[in-house]
Formats: sequence, structure tokens, C-alpha cells
Amino acid sequence: MTGSQIFVQALINEGVDRVFGYAGATICSLMDEMMKVEDTIRYTLVRQEQNAGHMASGYARVTGKTGVCMVTSGPGATNLITGIATAYMDSIPMVAVTGQVPTNLIGRDIFQEVDILGAVTPFIKHSYLVKDARELPNIIKEAFYIASTGRPGPVLIDFPQNIQDQEVKDPVFPDTVHIRGYNPSIKGNGRQLTHVIHAISEAKKPVICAGGGVFLAHAEAELKSFAHEMNIPVVTTMMGLSLLDTDDPLNMGMIGKFGNRSANKAMVKADLLIMIGMRVADRAIMEPNEVKRRLTTIHIDVDSAEIGKNMEANIPLVGDAGIILNKLSEQCTAPDTTEWRAFLKDYRAEELGRDFPEHPYVSPQRFMRKLGHHLEEGTAVCVDVGQNQIWACQHLYMHGIRFLTSGGLGTMGYGLPCGIGVKIAQPERKTVVINGDGSFQMSMNELAVVRANKLDLKIIIIRNHVLGLVHQSQVRAPFHGAYGVDLEGDPDFEALIASYGIPSTVLEEDDKTDEALEAFLSSEGPQVLIVNVDPMCSTTE
Amino acid sequence: MKQTISVIVENRAGVLSKITSLFSKRAFNIESLAVGVTDDPTLSRITIIVDSGNSVVEQVEKQLNKLVDVVKVRVLNEHSIIGRELLLIKVNATVTTRPDIMTICEICGAKIADITANTLTIELSAESDKVASFEEMMRPFGIMETARTGMIALQKGAAKI
Repeated sequence: MTGSQIFVQALINEGVDRVFGYAGATICSLMDEMMKVEDTIRYTLVRQEQNAGHMASGYARVTGKTGVCMVTSGPGATNLITGIATAYMDSIPMVAVTGQVPTNLIGRDIFQEVDILGAVTPFIKHSYLVKDARELPNIIKEAFYIASTGRPGPVLIDFPQNIQDQEVKDPVFPDTVHIRGYNPSIKGNGRQLTHVIHAISEAKKPVICAGGGVFLAHAEAELKSFAHEMNIPVVTTMMGLSLLDTDDPLNMGMIGKFGNRSANKAMVKADLLIMIGMRVADRAIMEPNEVKRRLTTIHIDVDSAEIGKNMEANIPLVGDAGIILNKLSEQCTAPDTTEWRAFLKDYRAEELGRDFPEHPYVSPQRFMRKLGHHLEEGTAVCVDVGQNQIWACQHLYMHGIRFLTSGGLGTMGYGLPCGIGVKIAQPERKTVVINGDGSFQMSMNELAVVRANKLDLKIIIIRNHVLGLVHQSQVRAPFHGAYGVDLEGDPDFEALIASYGIPSTVLEEDDKTDEALEAFLSSEGPQVLIVNVDPMCSTTE
Repeated sequence: MKQTISVIVENRAGVLSKITSLFSKRAFNIESLAVGVTDDPTLSRITIIVDSGNSVVEQVEKQLNKLVDVVKVRVLNEHSIIGRELLLIKVNATVTTRPDIMTICEICGAKIADITANTLTIELSAESDKVASFEEMMRPFGIMETARTGMIALQKGAAKI
């Protein structure tokens, strides 16, 4: 077999059924083999390599499987960098394959050569440069194992052209791998667990803070049942959104700089903070020292390095969120939180009941609330970055949906390719993309993929003709006014979208929102809804 | 506080750059770093000296452990290690100064590695502070150039990492 044949066979062995990529000179041999298995592995041609990463991310996040992207060397590889960094920051299981120039020419700066391994080292879980095709079966087995276990993350395989053509006699495909430097600890230390159980049973005002790690551990159900059995209120980080429904009586909303007042209030008033699968990053926990000073903290994470990185925890517990939540459910005595919940109830009611200032056009906050009520259970909502993201995080009514966004790196242009990845993974799943008019223009070229694959994707563009989140900072002290954020020169979106054969409508009156959403979401095939919003409308209102 | 971290890694191309990339990414400062293969040719030992507080060192240890190519990490207790650094130093040595230099070498346990009419090249293997003080003793004679390896260390007694 050739290296390319081994590679494709190994992908099939790993259960890969989708690959997102961009062909090029250094992966022609690999593409030739991909063509032969097109019925087993569906290949999607993206329009810019970065988006192959985001599509693989969308795919991975809804299937729980490892997403795969495949691009050529040089500029193909460098374009993919932001996709890899985005996946790294959100701990997405991903295997990225890059073509590379022949091994005897590496280091000569030949055409389309770049040291991609060196470039991505700071934000990749692991990487390989394949120097001998005989190592391929093992490398691919390891790559998928590393990407998908412990704290998931992207793994890069740099695959030189000549190795793709190297003949190997009777390659052996291993069933398992053993990596001596890689043994994720998932069970949770018994003594630490006892401390956690004790702290929970003693607490008067406990709060759970759940992050994206709960999704990564596939522990959504475990979290929900633990919280309900123990009657402990829950706040989430941005990456933990949609773990609980908006109207779940225990859900206090999203914490942090852009979070819900009710969630931040719960954090301030609590006496025990149980953090599960979160990084204590600055947007979520703005003042870790203050939190540490006031609260007893339990930090549960599969990555021991996360515990103590940004905030020391009183009780660290390393392990898999699902396994640990199950153990806690079995062994914890529910604390009496009746008074505490009654106290928080008003804050949550106030948060959910409040209205918003009047602006011309559509109120984005009210729009998000209404949108949620129109979504079917199971819908994936893929949200970009900027004001659109913050409004969605704060106000989108969530009931049985899956909320996906780039919470770690905050990569503009993530929403649409993420939605495409979801739709290609699960064509039956209702999928809605929310963009701003700035972020949409970072990946709108991928409308071609929507069209080519006839994806029934519903795309919302919140249009205010400005880079809103930056704009709202610039018009406040210490800055001196809006600069470099006016989206002057924007295309006629309706005409542009129509040129891809995709219909669109514009919503600009607040009281027409429900009927517009009704028509938009019940339409057949891809559809775009452009929502006009006042540029002065802020996320802090 | 200076602390010694001993790291056993896969002896493969590219591993050292993953380690150094980690240090620059996390803004950890390295005082010295020494690498060499171990008795098992598939493994190398990296000895890293960092000058940081305990919480930083703990984070360094955890981050190093996360690297797939890192097999073992241990922060060594400064009181229970044998640490050595190798110094090569070339100094000006005339007929009149040569005996003085050689006396100092004898006191410090340094060896003459090379000699010319006007120079001496001396080697010294010792703990880092002794290497530093030897260097100071040589300074009045005129140091032409030096090379230091950075410290390598093992635990005292039968302990191994």
C-alpha cells in the first residue's frame, strides 16, 4: 500500500465519515485516494482553509466524534492556523492534516513550504511530521486517541508528499495504542472526592458553575440530574450555555463581564462555588482573587493544569466530569438550599422579565428572546463573535437547544462554517446561524458550500453597519470615539446572497419579529434573515 | 527561589522545541537548561533551572506533564540533589601568573585542559555557586572566554524519578 492508501484506510478504521478540506499540490496523491472512498468519507470543499477547521469543530461538537480537516502545504496550512487555535482554545477534538513538501526538500524554503509544526506548537495538543509511511498506522491511531481523550484538542499530522507515495508492504493497523507520556486521569482521587462531598453537604448557599468541559465529557445529563438531586443553583460560562434550559428554576444564567446580572449575583452571594469543566478565564471570572477570598471553591477538571492556573482552588479534583458527577450524585447528601433558592429566584425573575430601551429598528435583545421561542428542541444555534454573540448569550431563550460559539479565542467568522459543519454532520438537525454584519463578511464565501451541498441552514445577520462591540467600547472613556469600525463599503447583502441562489428577507420593525421568524424558520432550504439594528444599541443596556 | 526541574522526554526530533515553546508561551523564565540522552536511548533528560515562586513552578510542572512527549516530570528538592555544572574557561597566563592560577585550580578541584605560552584552558565540574566563584577568581588574570553547560542533577541516594 502507498502512504496515502494507508492514511485513508486508517481514517476509515477510526470511523471518519466527513472530511473538510482544500486540495492543493502537496495532497494530490491523498486526494486521489479520498476520491476512491467518497461513499464512505464525504468530502467537503471549503472556500478558505480556516473554515475547514471551524466546520470540523461544528461537526465534532454535535457528534462527539473527532473532526477532520485536510489542507495543502504552505498557505493552505497557514490559513488553517486560526481554525486550529480556535479549536485548541475550545478544546475541540480535531485531527488536522497538512500536506508537506517532500522530506528531502524540507528546510529549503521551496514552493509552498512552511514549518507548520513549528507555527502551531503553542496552540496544539500534539503534532506529528510523518517521516516514514511505516509509522502511519500508529501515528493516526495515536492522533485520534490523543485528540479525543482527556482534555480534547487538535492534533496535527504533517504529511510530506513523498511519504504519501511511499510503498509499504503489509502495513499493520494497531487496535490500541500505548503512549508512555500520556495517561489522562479521569476517575477522581478518592480523598479529594470525600472533601468535595463534605463541602457540598455543609454548604448553605452553593452554586455550580458549569463550563464547556461538561459538553466535552458528554455529561450534560449527569450535570442536570446532579444539580436537581442536590437542589443547587447553576450558573454557566459562555461555553456552558444551553446545558440548562432558560426556564429551569435552577438556571441563573451566564456569569462574567458580559453575563446575566442574576448569575453574577449568585456568584457574589454564594458560600460555595463548584466549578466543573471551566478555565476561570478573565471574561468569566473577572477577579479571581476576590472570588477566592470570599468563597470556598471546588474545581473539577480533567486537565490538572487548569486548577490553580488562574485561581487557586480550596478543593481541587482532577477527573472526567461525567464520572465525577455520577459519583457525587451517588454519594452526596443534598444540602438544604430552600432559602438560598428563594433568595435567587427574584433576581432571575427580574432578569428574565426586564424590558429593554427603545431604539429605532429591531431590539436585538427582544429578538433573541423571541427567536428562542420559535426554535424546535434539538436545534443547533451557531453564534459568531461580537455584539450578536453577547446578545444571544444574554437573551436567547434556550429550550432543548445546543448553543455553539467560539468562546475561547473569540474568532470572528466562526458561526457560518460551524453551522455548515453541524449540518453536514447531521443533515436532519435544525441549525440556525447568528452573525453580525462584520463577522458574516469574514466567512460569507462559505455560502458556496451551503449552496453546493443544498444545506437547509437558517442564517441570521444582525446588521448595524458597524463593528458593534468595539464601537461600544470606543465611545466610552478612556477612548475618544469610534474609529475604524464603520463597515462602509458593505455589499448589498440581499443581492450578494441571491447570487448564491439563497433567498433572504429583511426585518426592520420590532413588532414584525414573530411573523418574520415564523416564515423564516418554516421555509424550505437555506434562508437568510437580515435584522436591522440601531448601531447605538449596546450589550450593556 | 531557584528550583530544579528534571524532565524525562521522548528522545525524538522536535521535542526540545515543544518544551521551549511552552516556556515562552506561558512566560516562564528559564535560568538554565541542559539536555542529554539517558541510559535508555529512547529517552532524554532535560534539567531546567527556573527562578520562580512555588505556584509558578507547580504550573510549569503541570504544563510540562501535559506534553505528550514528556514521560516524567519532577521538581527536585534542592537539599536532596547532586547538581553539577561543567565550566570551560580560557584565561591569560604568563610565566609569572601561571603558578598562581594553578594553585587556585588545585584548591578548587579544576583541571588544566589545554596550555599555550600565553593561555590556560581550565575545566571545572562543580556545583553552580562554586563554578561562579571560580570564575570570579580567574577574572583578575583576564578571562578570554568561557562556556558553561547549565546544571544537570540527580537525586541523592537510591531515589530516581
